[in-house]
Amino acid sequence: MSGTPLVYYLLLAALLFSIGLGAALTRRNAILVLIGIELMLNAANLNFIAFWRYSPNPEALSGFMFVLFSIAVAAAEAAVGLALIVSIYRHRRTTRLEGMSSLKG
Amino acid sequence: MSAVFIFLAGLLLASSLAAVMFRRLVYTALSLAVAFASLAALYLHLGAEFAGFAQVMVYVGAVAILIVFALLLTRNAGSDPEHPGHGGSWITGAAIAVLVFGCLAFNIVTSSACARPMPNPPSITTRQIGESLMTRYVLPLEVLGLLLTAAALGAATLALEDKRKS
Repeated sequence: MSGTPLVYYLLLAALLFSIGLGAALTRRNAILVLIGIELMLNAANLNFIAFWRYSPNPEALSGFMFVLFSIAVAAAEAAVGLALIVSIYRHRRTTRLEGMSSLKG
Repeated sequence: MSAVFIFLAGLLLASSLAAVMFRRLVYTALSLAVAFASLAALYLHLGAEFAGFAQVMVYVGAVAILIVFALLLTRNAGSDPEHPGHGGSWITGAAIAVLVFGCLAFNIVTSSACARPMPNPPSITTRQIGESLMTRYVLPLEVLGLLLTAAALGAATLALEDKRKS
């Protein structure tokens, strides 16, 4: 099967995490910030799967189960986050983060 | 390093970079779907078939479509009048991201845990996954079902709120 050492998977996940972090920190559109957060979550999932595959006892399934639960939680987070953005857009007519600087509805 | 890994890693990095760099938001959503799909292929390459197919169903099938819907619903928000070059905040954010990657990469490369050899491919069947979901992980599974129900109700309530008030 794949003869790729573990360190390449970890570096790839770190790079993906940094791309997501850069997007979350620099973009001004709330949807793009949410996309950055999703990329960071996916980088963590890739780390879990890689460590599970390279662990001495993969039959324990711990990392694998963690990824399944993490995918489900991320889906819930994306649904609620996008509903919040749509709701704010109805009030403010914007999805830019500068337009959301006050908590008054 | 196998050729499949190089191809999938390149596709993943290129499409996720494209997802955060594109001006047009629709291209962003499409390249995000490509990034999620290549990540699912990486899971398959690592022998985690169930997680790969779950990734395809949840991310490529649901989250990417949700993002497209959100982009369409907020379409009039001014497509992209942002100027990433101006101001110090863009530089600061990018510098923080590079710094974080530097720290992570330094620790990964110098760590001794990465030197372990790859064991034989585990023979995980879907039956085993289902059995451990119903025995060892049954409490997290139930809590997750509760969380997903609450999230679905909460998302519907949030998105409907405006209509009810008026």
